[in-house]
Amino acid sequence: MQSILAVDDSASMRQMVAFTLKGAGYHVIEAADGQEAYEKAMTQSVDLVLTDQNMPRMDGVTLVKNLRALATYASTPILILTTESGEEVKSKGRAAGATGWLVKPFDPTKLLEVIRKVIR
Amino acid sequence: MGVMERFRTGSAAGGGAAVRVSEFLTFKLGGEEYGIDILKVQEIRGYEAVTRIANAPAFIKGVVNLRGVIVPIVDLRVKFELGEARYDAFTVVIILNVAGRVVGAVVDSVSDVLELDEKQIKPAPEFNSLLDAGYITGLGTVESGEGERLLILVDIEQLMSSPAMGLLDTGAR
Amino acid sequence: MGEISNAGLQQDDFDLTQFYAVFFEEARENLANMESMLLDIDIARPTDEELNAIFRVAHSIKGGAATFGFGDVATLTHELETLLDRLRRHELSLRRGMVDLLLEAGDVVKAQLARYQGSTDQSPPTDVLIGRIRQMAAGQEAAAEPTQGARCLEVRIGPLKDGSAADGLVELFRDIPDLGTIEALDLGQFSAEGVRRFKVMTRSPDSELLELFSFHVAREQVQIADSGAAATAPQAGVAAQDPLAGARPAAPESDGYGFFVDPKTLPAQAAAAQPAAVEGDPARRSDARAKPAAGGLESTTLRVSVEKVDQLINLVGELVITQAMLTQQAKDLDAVKFSSLLGGITDLERSSRHLQETVMSIRMTPMSFVFNRFPRLIRDLAAKLGKELDLKMVGEATELDKGLIEKIIDPLTHLVRNSADHGIETPEKRLAAGKPAHGTITLSAAHQGGSILIQVSDDGQGLRRERIVHKARERGLPVRDDMTDPEVWALIWEPGFSTADEISDVSGRGVGMDVVRKNIAALNGTVELDSAEGYGTRVTVRLPLTLAIMDGMSIGVGGETYILPLSSVVESFQVTAGMVQTVGATGRVVKVREEFMPVIALDDVFRVPRQDGDRAPEIMMILEAEGKRVAALVHELLGQHQVVVKNLETNYRRVPDISGATILGDGRVALIVDTASLVKRARH
Repeated sequence: MQSILAVDDSASMRQMVAFTLKGAGYHVIEAADGQEAYEKAMTQSVDLVLTDQNMPRMDGVTLVKNLRALATYASTPILILTTESGEEVKSKGRAAGATGWLVKPFDPTKLLEVIRKVIR
Repeated sequence: MGVMERFRTGSAAGGGAAVRVSEFLTFKLGGEEYGIDILKVQEIRGYEAVTRIANAPAFIKGVVNLRGVIVPIVDLRVKFELGEARYDAFTVVIILNVAGRVVGAVVDSVSDVLELDEKQIKPAPEFNSLLDAGYITGLGTVESGEGERLLILVDIEQLMSSPAMGLLDTGAR
Repeated sequence: MGEISNAGLQQDDFDLTQFYAVFFEEARENLANMESMLLDIDIARPTDEELNAIFRVAHSIKGGAATFGFGDVATLTHELETLLDRLRRHELSLRRGMVDLLLEAGDVVKAQLARYQGSTDQSPPTDVLIGRIRQMAAGQEAAAEPTQGARCLEVRIGPLKDGSAADGLVELFRDIPDLGTIEALDLGQFSAEGVRRFKVMTRSPDSELLELFSFHVAREQVQIADSGAAATAPQAGVAAQDPLAGARPAAPESDGYGFFVDPKTLPAQAAAAQPAAVEGDPARRSDARAKPAAGGLESTTLRVSVEKVDQLINLVGELVITQAMLTQQAKDLDAVKFSSLLGGITDLERSSRHLQETVMSIRMTPMSFVFNRFPRLIRDLAAKLGKELDLKMVGEATELDKGLIEKIIDPLTHLVRNSADHGIETPEKRLAAGKPAHGTITLSAAHQGGSILIQVSDDGQGLRRERIVHKARERGLPVRDDMTDPEVWALIWEPGFSTADEISDVSGRGVGMDVVRKNIAALNGTVELDSAEGYGTRVTVRLPLTLAIMDGMSIGVGGETYILPLSSVVESFQVTAGMVQTVGATGRVVKVREEFMPVIALDDVFRVPRQDGDRAPEIMMILEAEGKRVAALVHELLGQHQVVVKNLETNYRRVPDISGATILGDGRVALIVDTASLVKRARH
């Protein structure tokens, strides 16, 4: 079973994402900010990272940069959540090494569709 | 009695109409027999270990522990001044669930649970009764071995929550 | 601006309503945090951290609202997000008006959410509010950062009859050094409506520009707006160009997602060259807002429903009763034959006590839960009343049972409003009295014995004896000239009493202190007033820490068993001849060390039926409540134990001098004595 690390400071969003992904057969690891996500990523194996941008302690883009610096996460798919007009986040995310982006708010079916494109 | 038998057609009522049946707990108090809605009755108990409450009216005997719940006990025999009230192994308390509270009422004796259909219940005429006519919902008649039993049907919830019963706080301090 | 999509609400396979409760709770917390931060923030020097945190509140609520389909909330928070985003990037600087607007907007979001939670039908109107937020977000002062570049503004003047007035502006920029540059955008021609347009580059704030311009044209004729394009000076972090220019997303953008690399080539994706140093240094906890260290573990708190906790407490209560019964039954067993059974029962007793304490502590909530709403209230009151108010809070960490916490909020709010309205004087009056212009209201909470003491005090004008006496006389209340001050203050508790000159909508409406007292009495608490004219007033509320468990002393009164709260028992002793002396017709007193105390016989108070051959009570218990003592005569001292307090009023009613009931080891009910009312009765 594949593991997805879902990072968002909003508990309701995390719960929704976790519920959706678990229902589709993925194992879900949750984190409320970039720092927690980074620590979990170091101690557990993760096949995909899905992260929000605006979070306390460490934001999404910084998390992406830090993960890419780890050998084990050099090529792990990482998706950043952005808002419709978040051009800046997209560009920073790309520069940091993210694999792609997904616009918020998204519906659960869209989420699964995008995820299936990047991991089996 | 099977479920189907609970619905009997009433010929006088024009036939075909299902008749509603209600269940009553019947008890004796001061020579009269009364019936109350079985749904208001939680259980029947003996009278024991009642803790007196100072300065309460004489008909409020005190409170008991009912599986961890503190329940006040009202002696209806005392309330309606029905003569000497005895407290022994045969004294019976009806534990009621009324107005969101659990309260107990001491009566002379408890008889049985009866089903009365609409035809067996008639409006109560004016007569001298212990209770205020406002609490009497009707007169029930039941065939029994010795003839007919007459039951005074009482709205026990209204009765127990009336100010005269002294169970509810009126808010005054 | 893209539209807020309502996607996500009723998807075929996914019912999102199950997440609503968490979202509402989260939003509530977020809004409370935002309010707190806005009240604490230093308007002149807000930290980046604070601005970012406030921004995230709006961002988070917006995300959830949009995902779960709460369109109006999403729309409003979107506007807030825009404003807050500009704030945190220092494109705008914080002003008091902005804080006020944000606080107001927070209230409206709360109201919007309340509608979805079903507690109200009202949907608050938001058009005007959104308009104001947009205005605030659009044309305000730039930050005073020295690194900021000049702002680029478009200034419209008009309608003007005479274009030369506008030329005066050009001279301004020529004459005043460092003001900036001005350039006509309309080649010196009027527009059809008589409006002139200029492009201005300046480092000066709008207010300064307006003041200067008003030498030449009327203020109302000046419109200043950001001209949209970013200033030429580099601004931290904002890329002016389209960041995706040159990148080719592998998937079409309009689908709401995209990839920077072809997903099929993923394993081969080369990481962009990264510095070895990890950015942000995860090893260093930089967040000053104390979040517990995650350390790779799950969160250290749980959300549990109050119902579950109450259920748990009830079950533990039942357990304690059963254990007490076992202990009772075991008392008569042969200690040697049943030594292991007795040992087990002792262990059980210890474990139950421990369990009980732990479970009760779950419901204990710090007073900060109550106190936290007051900074906002004080701020609003100060504005409404035209007074300067300072709020001090002491002992917010003091804990109180959750059930009591919620019920104490209304009475405390009333007391605080009273202090602000009637206690604290206007700044002028205060200065004239030699006091600082700002008045201080202090909220404090502390444990004392088995109670919690909550005080609301102010350094205002205090209670004015003459006015109270006068008003009481007017109302026909019994007043004597020789009443002590405390007796005069006590008149305030009478229903309908109010010495306010008018009933202001802040604290008046005839809702008097008697309602406050009633509310507190319903919690088995007491409230007292203390005051010094000219100096201030203090209201002290005393509540039992928890209604459920108590250390009690069983006493025998004429064959009946009563329970005294252990915390109110000072001492007890055997009465000997001559100890008790009569005073007047029926009064009795006893001298204990140097103090004379009134004596009351509990078998009289509780009208315990006498039997022939009954002895007179010979044990004297010194009881203390609210600082006063009384000597109670009882027959026997039966023992000390912890009791589970049951409420008599659940199925019965309030009984004078009795505060509750408990179930003894033998299953009987014993009444718990209300020592405070006993003491009052004895001392009138």
